[in-house]
Parts: sequence; structure tokens; C-alpha cells
Amino acid sequence: MDLLSYTPAWISTHGPALLVVLPLMMAVLTAILPSRAAIGGKLAWLAVLATSGICLAVAVSMLLQVMAHGPIDYAMGGWAPPFGIAYRVDALNAPILVLISAVAVLCTLYALPSVDAEVEPKKRAAFYAAFLVSFAGLLGMVITADAFNVFVFLEVSSISTYVLVAMGASRDRRALTSSFNYLVMGSIGATFFVIGIGFLYMQTGTLNMMDMARILQDGGVDSKVTKLAFAFILVGLGLKLAMFPLHTWLPGAYSYAPSFFTAFMAATATKAALYLMLRFSFMVFDPSWAFIGKAVMILVAALGLLGMMAASLQAMFQNDLRRVLAFSSIAQVSYMLLGIGMATTLGLSAGYLHMLNHAIIKGGLFIAAGAFWYRFGITQVCDMRGLGKTMPWTMAGFTVLGISLIGVPGTVGFVSKLALVQAAALHGWWWAIGAIVLTSIMAIIYVGRLIEQAYFQDPPKKGAVTVSKNEAPLMMLIPLWIFAISAIVFGINAEWTTSLAAAAAELLSGGPDTIVPHMGGH
Amino acid sequence: MNQHLLLQVVSKMMIPLIALFGFYVQFHGDFGPGGGFQAGVIVASSVILYALVFGIEAAKKAVPPSWVRIGMTLGVLIYGGTGVATWLLGGEFLNYTVFAPQSTHAAGQHWGILSVEIGVLCTVTFAMLAIFYAFASRMPDLSGEDW
Amino acid sequence: MITLFEHYNYAIVIILMMIGLYVVFSSANMIKKLVGLSIFQTSVFLLYITMGKVTGGQPPILDPAEYESHGGGHESAPAAAHGSGHEAAQASHDAVQSAAHTADVIYSNPLPHVLILTAIVVGVATLAIGLALVVRTREMYGTIEENEIDELDYLGNLEGHAG
Repeated sequence: MDLLSYTPAWISTHGPALLVVLPLMMAVLTAILPSRAAIGGKLAWLAVLATSGICLAVAVSMLLQVMAHGPIDYAMGGWAPPFGIAYRVDALNAPILVLISAVAVLCTLYALPSVDAEVEPKKRAAFYAAFLVSFAGLLGMVITADAFNVFVFLEVSSISTYVLVAMGASRDRRALTSSFNYLVMGSIGATFFVIGIGFLYMQTGTLNMMDMARILQDGGVDSKVTKLAFAFILVGLGLKLAMFPLHTWLPGAYSYAPSFFTAFMAATATKAALYLMLRFSFMVFDPSWAFIGKAVMILVAALGLLGMMAASLQAMFQNDLRRVLAFSSIAQVSYMLLGIGMATTLGLSAGYLHMLNHAIIKGGLFIAAGAFWYRFGITQVCDMRGLGKTMPWTMAGFTVLGISLIGVPGTVGFVSKLALVQAAALHGWWWAIGAIVLTSIMAIIYVGRLIEQAYFQDPPKKGAVTVSKNEAPLMMLIPLWIFAISAIVFGINAEWTTSLAAAAAELLSGGPDTIVPHMGGH
Repeated sequence: MNQHLLLQVVSKMMIPLIALFGFYVQFHGDFGPGGGFQAGVIVASSVILYALVFGIEAAKKAVPPSWVRIGMTLGVLIYGGTGVATWLLGGEFLNYTVFAPQSTHAAGQHWGILSVEIGVLCTVTFAMLAIFYAFASRMPDLSGEDW
Repeated sequence: MITLFEHYNYAIVIILMMIGLYVVFSSANMIKKLVGLSIFQTSVFLLYITMGKVTGGQPPILDPAEYESHGGGHESAPAAAHGSGHEAAQASHDAVQSAAHTADVIYSNPLPHVLILTAIVVGVATLAIGLALVVRTREMYGTIEENEIDELDYLGNLEGHAG
């Protein structure tokens, strides 16, 4: 079945621009939809679903094309790079585009009941519009090959994220302070990033990533400006991807945002920032240079180790379900950083694979957590008593994803943890293996706590009557079980995902890409 | 006598000039510093000055909030529409040359830039006004003696 | 030390950056944090302006007469948003390099200015949202001091409900 032959030619030529332009335009149109309760919310939801569906189709076709024919380049405005802004889809970012679009589609299915419960009717159209802006920002961040364009899309996605997190205030007023905290820290991070880009521009005179790599290779390795640029970019991106100790915004933002947006954000935002770190560390700067190699291996890996330990420890002691999952996210991102810190092809492949797998796991877990709140108003772990009986299907999905988080064989979590352990062993980092095993034990504890509450405790009683079974709505169960089934399917047969990760790692280990594509008119 | 007569009279004279200057900055962007964002802020400030001097209710009668909502989105649609138009005419996104392929002095570029800058002006003006209305509407209007 | 005084612009950038960051870290008041954030972002604009200065640079507009007489090639019309600087930079670049062909004109580089403009817009948007959050926090909590908000949250937590 050659899907590639079914895609019309204009998708391959204009796909990259379409991926970014369509959500942005639809965001604007969604914002002016009438805000009367019945129509406004539903129309906006349909618009979001259609947009994310089309983006998924385009992203998948681009992935197939990249796998078959190599990178796709697109010159915005017809101006040839390095003077124009170029978009590039290659083996490193094509899977992430598909990931972001797929998660958007699934979360939008989930949004239909969830947003109806959490956002007041006259704000729903604007809410969905902000979501589309965030979606466009994430896609743009991943697809662009121009350094300053990265900053622009980074801020576009971040600003809409601040707004969307704050929309959770109708449920819990702590959303406001969490969003403010995220705003301050996120802006500092983005500003650090733009300072780094400024230094890079000072050193190379260009903003196109491939051109920068070329000029840096020719000379400028020893320059203090280059080293400073790398340091600022690392810190800026590190804050966005919740690298320890810059992770303190994450638990608040994930816990108090509307559950639809938490599910989306947990599966995509940190992954996009991690992709950027990979792109800059390996494809603009060269890891074979002394200071980059040292910074990447020592600093990133060390911070990954610390993050794993600290976050897993904290996850064990949280009382709020969503905070447990949030700290678990920080720990999982630290696994990815550990894989990246090894800077070997196997390590990079393992980190990348874990990125894809973790998105599947966390998206599903947060959807289930939102379903618990939707039916029973549950946010605390102690309130999860008896959920195995009162919400059997939801809890079953949650359990599948939970054991996948731990890393039981047969699930995606196991595949990527095994890959990490193998990479660490081959690299000689025995302490990393010890850390991975230890944190997996901690994961057993904090996930086990949740499962024990749900299955081995009786449901609470209201007076003399036990709370009766009240399953989550179908629109919530479908995306949850799609995530859960993917976790099993890609765990048992991980060939496709591993090949994607391997292709990405090959690209990264091949060193900086210094060929500026020639295309466009002038 | 109205305490703020002087202020009101002077503002009434200044506001059209400010808006005019905003448009001057907008079109001057082709030849010097200027362009959509700066001009948008200047035009918005003329309305905000009116709101500060005459009260927000009067300003809301002059530039109703529904205009603001539509204006913001209209600007983005103009900008994006220019890009979509270039797509439909066969070029890449925002490749303005396709507007006038035969021209020797890049007329297509001129048309394209003009169009997107008008979009930017529209969006920025109404976005600034939206922010102002959102903040200013939350507090009750101060009575004339209080300021 | 002498170098520091020669490059006093950069010294000011660093001072402003540190002041801004310190204000963000040390303030308990949310508005003061936003002020610190703005100062921090302003230092970045200064950095870009400083590095973008071309001594003796003319505005990067090609004189149409010269343009016509040298057979066209590069447009001078500034394009939108970010792409704008690039082709004008190319124009100035080429103009600088083909100085042998035209009169010896040095053009200043418009690209850093475009980058700053974009960053300013981003800063304004962030500030607007930050202020909106402050207003809403005031309505929900009655205060905008972070330590008082933490106390209210702690008490709310103790009582067991999500406030």
C-alpha cells in the first residue's frame, strides 16, 4: 500500500507552510465564531477537529515522503535561504510533527465533553482559538530551519499556553498563580534563548541554521561568543523542557490547567523544546568540539540524573493525582536528557524513542485523570478509592498506561527504557543503569499507590449507599483507549518507532548539516 | 464650568492629527522607519486618549467592542489572505512577486508589502484597543472631580 | 577594564539584565516581577541594537536612479515581519560588496532592528497577559503579594478544598 502515491503534489510542495498557516488562520476564524452556548462551542470544536485532522494527514504524508526521498525544504516567500526563512522537514522533526498532530486530534476528541464541563460557554470559542494558536506555534517551532523563527514560534506557543493554563481558574484558582509563575519563568527562558541567538548572529552573520553551521565549522569554534551562545541557548531551552532545576513551573501548570490542555501539553510541549535542544546541540553546534561535548555529556547528563532522582522522589509523596503525573513527566524528560547526554547514536536513538513513547503514555494518563474529575470531581489520590469498580474501563486504560510508565515488558515504556539501558551499558555508564533501575522502582511505588487505591479499596459510601458505577463518556474513552492500545502495540512491535528514532539519531550523529539548500527565485 | 474643558478641547484637536500621523507612519514604512506595528500603536493611542479624556463609555460608542473583535481577526485574515492568494497564484506562501510577474521594478513586492502592512495595522490597532478595553472596563469610571 | 569602558554599551546590557533578573527573583509583588521582566527584556533589545550598529551606515534604501541604472536585481521594499531584514540585508550586503561598481556607500543593517521589533511585540503581548493575570488574581485572592497568596493556598489546602 503506497500511501505516498495518493498524496497530491501540492501537499509535498507546500506541506510545510500549510502545517503552520492552516491552524493560525483557523484560530482567527474560530475566535470570531458566535459565542452563543450551543452553537459557538460546537462549531469551534468542529473547526479544531478538522484542522488537526488535516494537519495530521499532511504531517503523515510528509513523514512518508521524508522516509522515502529525504528532506523537504521550503523557502518562505520564495526568498532563497540563507536570506529567506527556510522550513525543513527531515528525519529528525517529521516524527515529531506527526506526534503533535496525532495528539491534537486525540485530545480534541476528548475535549468535547471535557471543555463543556470546564470552560464557560461564552469563552469556549476563544479557548479553542487559543488552542489552535498554541498548536500552530508548536508545529512552527519544530518545522522551521531559521533560528529567530524558532524564537517567534516558541513565544507564540508559550503565550497561548499561559492563557490556556489560566483558563483552569474556574476549576481551581491556583491556576492563575501557576500560569503567572509559568509566564515569568517561560519569558526568562525565551529571553535567554534570544540572547543566545543574538550571540550566534553576532558570530556568524546569518540566521539560517544550516548556514550558521557552515560558518561555525569554518572558524569560530574557539570564540568566546560561540561558547556563550551555546550556554544561553542551552539554559533557555532547558527551562522550556523542564530540565532540573528549571522545572519548578511544570507541576503547577500541569495540575491546574483544563484537563484537555494538560493532556495536550504534557505530550507535546516539552518534546518540541527537546527537539530544539537536539537540533541546536548536534546540527548547528558540533558535539565534537570540546566545550559542546563537555557541556552536553556532563551537564545535560548530570542534570538528567538529578532530575530523575529528585522528581521521582517528589512524585512518591504527592497527594494530588495530577501532581504525581507532572513530577513523573519531569523524571521521564530527565531520562531523555540522559540518553542525549551520552551523545552516541544509540543513546540519542534511545532518548528520541523515549520522547515518542512518553508522549503516548502521558497523553493517555492525563486524559484518564481528567475523566476522573469529570465524573466524580476527583483530584486527590486518596479519593481514588474504588475507581476500579466505579469506572472500570477508564481505570483499566489508566492501569495499562501506568504499567507502561513503570516499564513492564510488552509496553512502550519497557522498549525505551531497555534501549536507554543498552545504550548506557555500551557507553560504560553503569551508574546510569543503576539510576534507571532505581527510578523505575520509585515509579512502581508512585504508580502502584494509584492502582492500589483504585482496585484494592472499596468505593466510598455516601451515607449507606456505595457510589455506583458511572463510566466516563464515550468521547473520553475512545482517545484514552487509543493511547492505551498504542502503548501495547508499539511495545510489542516497536519496529516502526525504533526505525524512526534510529533515522533521527543517524541524522544527529552525522554532524552539523552545512549545506544550505538552493531553491526559490532570487 | 467643565473642569476639563481645556483638556477636552485640545484632545479634540489632537486626536485626528494623531490618527493622521499614524497613517503617515504606516505608509512611510516603505521608505524609512515605520510600518504596521508602529502605526497601529499610534492609531490605537488616539482612541485611548479619547477614552482617557472623555470616559470609556464615550470611547466604546465611537469604537464599539464588536468592531474590536472583528478588526483583530480581519487584520490577520488580510495578512494570511495575502499569503493564500500567493499560493493560489502558484508561488510559495507570501511570495509577492507572483502578484505582478512581468514587472521590472518589483511591483508585485510593493503590492504584497502594502497588503500585509495594512493587515498588521488593523490587527495591532484593534489588539491594543482590546487590551485597553479589557483592563479599563473592570474599574468603574472615575467621576469628574476625582482626577 | 579599559575594554569595558570602550564597550560601555555591553556593560549597560549586563547591568540591566542583572537588575531585571534580580527584581524578578526578589519581588513578592506580582507587578514588580513584571517590571523586572520588562527591564530584563529591554536589556536584550539594547544588546541587539549595539551589535547591529554599522559605523557610518546609511539607511538601507537603494536610490531608484542607481537601481535602474545597474539593471535591477534586488528589491528594497521591506518585506513583512521577519523576512524583511533578510533581503534588505542581502541588498545592503551586495551593495557593500559591489561598492566597486556603485559609489562607495555603506548601508546599515536593518535585520537586527527587525529582530528587536519582533521581540518588542512579544514582550508587549507577554506583559499584557501578565497584567491580565494580575488583575484576575486580585479578584480571586484579594491580594497580589506572592507570600500572602501562598498562605491563602496553604490554608485552602488544609481545609481540603481546591478554592
